Amino acid sequence: MSFETNRNATGAASADAEVPSAPDGEGLARKCLWIYERMSLIRQFEERLKWLVETGTPVGPVHFYIGQEAVAVGVCAALEDSDWVASTHRGHGHCIAKGVAVAPMMAELFGKVTGTNRGKGGSMHITDISKNILGVNPINGAGVAHAVGAGLSAKVRKTKQVAVAFFGEGSAGVGTVHECMNMAAIWKLPVLFVCENNRYAQTTPIEYACSVPNVADRAAAYGMPGVIVDGQDVFAVWRATETAVQRARAGAGPSLIECKTYRYLGHHQSDDTTRYRLPEEEQAARDRDCLKGFRARMNAGGPLTMAQLDEIDERNKRLMDEAVEFAKAGAVPEASELYTNVYVPDGKASR
Amino acid sequence: MKEPTAVRELSFGPSINEALRQEMRRDPNVIVMGEDIAGAAGRAHLGFIDAWGGPMRATRGLITEFGPERVIDTPISEMGFVGAAVGAAMTGLRPVVEVMFVDLIGMCYDQIANQAAKMHYMMGGHVKLPMVIRTAYGTRGDKRAYGGGAAAQHSQTLYSVLAHIPGLKVVVPSTAYNAKGLTIAAIRDDGPVVVLEHKFLGLQAKGHVPEEPYVVPIGKADVVRQGTHVTLCAAGRMTHLCLDAAQVLAAEQINAEVIDLLTLNPLDEETILQSVRRTHRLVVVDEDTPVCSMARDIAARVAEKAFDDLDAPIKTVTAADTPVPFSAVLEALYTPRVEQIIAAVREQMG
Repeated sequence: MSFETNRNATGAASADAEVPSAPDGEGLARKCLWIYERMSLIRQFEERLKWLVETGTPVGPVHFYIGQEAVAVGVCAALEDSDWVASTHRGHGHCIAKGVAVAPMMAELFGKVTGTNRGKGGSMHITDISKNILGVNPINGAGVAHAVGAGLSAKVRKTKQVAVAFFGEGSAGVGTVHECMNMAAIWKLPVLFVCENNRYAQTTPIEYACSVPNVADRAAAYGMPGVIVDGQDVFAVWRATETAVQRARAGAGPSLIECKTYRYLGHHQSDDTTRYRLPEEEQAARDRDCLKGFRARMNAGGPLTMAQLDEIDERNKRLMDEAVEFAKAGAVPEASELYTNVYVPDGKASR
Repeated sequence: MKEPTAVRELSFGPSINEALRQEMRRDPNVIVMGEDIAGAAGRAHLGFIDAWGGPMRATRGLITEFGPERVIDTPISEMGFVGAAVGAAMTGLRPVVEVMFVDLIGMCYDQIANQAAKMHYMMGGHVKLPMVIRTAYGTRGDKRAYGGGAAAQHSQTLYSVLAHIPGLKVVVPSTAYNAKGLTIAAIRDDGPVVVLEHKFLGLQAKGHVPEEPYVVPIGKADVVRQGTHVTLCAAGRMTHLCLDAAQVLAAEQINAEVIDLLTLNPLDEETILQSVRRTHRLVVVDEDTPVCSMARDIAARVAEKAFDDLDAPIKTVTAADTPVPFSAVLEALYTPRVEQIIAAVREQMG
């Protein structure tokens, strides 16, 4: 599979993606550790979840993030904890990258009151607002508007926060997204529009559904920079995000970053990709795996050793064991929970 | 002897304007946002500012006091700016958005029904959503040469499709007094509230409005006329029709009680039930169309919970089950009328 990488919307080549010259040697090593911890944890969370689904655990519809880890983690690497993120239906990766604990996430998928959302959200709403996530949102494009609102909020309150709107290339066809890009541009809001182009909206390929070759090409229509990055390269995503964050914090307005990536699995657990994708294409994508790529880069002179990476994998495996135990041990919600949290603050539903 | 204090009167739009202004002064996190809510956006340098102020002029003058950072004219992007209000509300602001007419609710229904209304519940109560959606509704409903005259896509009531959604509070003021109090209550509420403002209340709504800020509580109906023979129950402009009908009926020795619902959801069911238990008759008047309407919802609740107290079948008087027609003659026929309310009561009294 070929990616048109590192080309901005005007077609100019940008520098090759390499390990960025972050603060100093030690700072870079710390950052690389953080990046691998999160990417590996997302992969393990999703693989564990896939195993649970396949062995009959009822978790509702889930949309696996496997293959796209470098996007969520590369973006969040450039953010502060106080920055906001609005996620999509495929949101587990964004949550973990932004720091949500995996145990209450897993408990949420089990429908337990110990879950992030007290068992009222499930996979498609799993979130932790205390980590400044505006929600995982399965209405395509809806979360983009929330990020624009958070950007507006930051501007009015003069907080210097930025807001990231993750959306898929499928949602690039949603009207809300276009309204939001226009509004963010005219008001110069500190918003990053991050398109995760995994090439398929359920079964519909991008070349069918998008009028231009790249979603980033549309940035020109809204007077904002549009950048294309290799979404399998966490460093490329990190660097592109840093540039956009700097612009946003400086009050210069929004940017659009299109991350070319690939969804290894089906749209959700019941989707059969062999009905619309060629096996060679799937294999080519897996050959460019972001975790393997990261390890290769570290092996070729990066600041981390293979032993350190293996240790992270082991630690994450234990975290996932504990998360599943935590989820299993949690109580299901009391019947009264049906009627709580309908109105703010905690009024009762009228009946 | 003490001088009698002059009672200050305001009409509908100015009372809402005062509510917005006072809340914006009180709390810097309150912003207003919508299409042409100020007008002539970005043209202050040419001497143009505050060109319109919305269909009620409810936002007129706010930009000159609070500036374009808090009085935000938007592009025509209802989905986008109502959604932005959701995001702003989750992150520390208290946005008041204006959807110019309720007919445009379809443009942003996802952000209202799926996002604003459900966010608190979906997140297990971990988020507050202090946002207000103001929107204008209704027909003029009389036979003047020009009725409302805005036809099928600019005259609807549609509050049933909002009251239907759990998690969303829906209020309908009927007077300048309760318009100010409900607007302030909506802004101070930590959840999403829709305020439906009737376009043609005119002089009916004008009245005493205290200058200081005050709250009319959400979720509480108001018994605006005490009576013993029949309960008339309505909201917005229909409340005034009920009062007119009650006056005519009084001449026939029929003493009607009138309940102004003020909040459609959560509904003050108890006030309605208590009234019906005394009067034993109920007529619900609803400016919205009848299928799956507030009128039939209230009728069903009373039938379920107070059937044995009823001396006659419940009656509903609603808009016609049609699109809103243009012609003033047809628009007047479409809209509930005083004579229909009187006829319904007479029929109940047998």
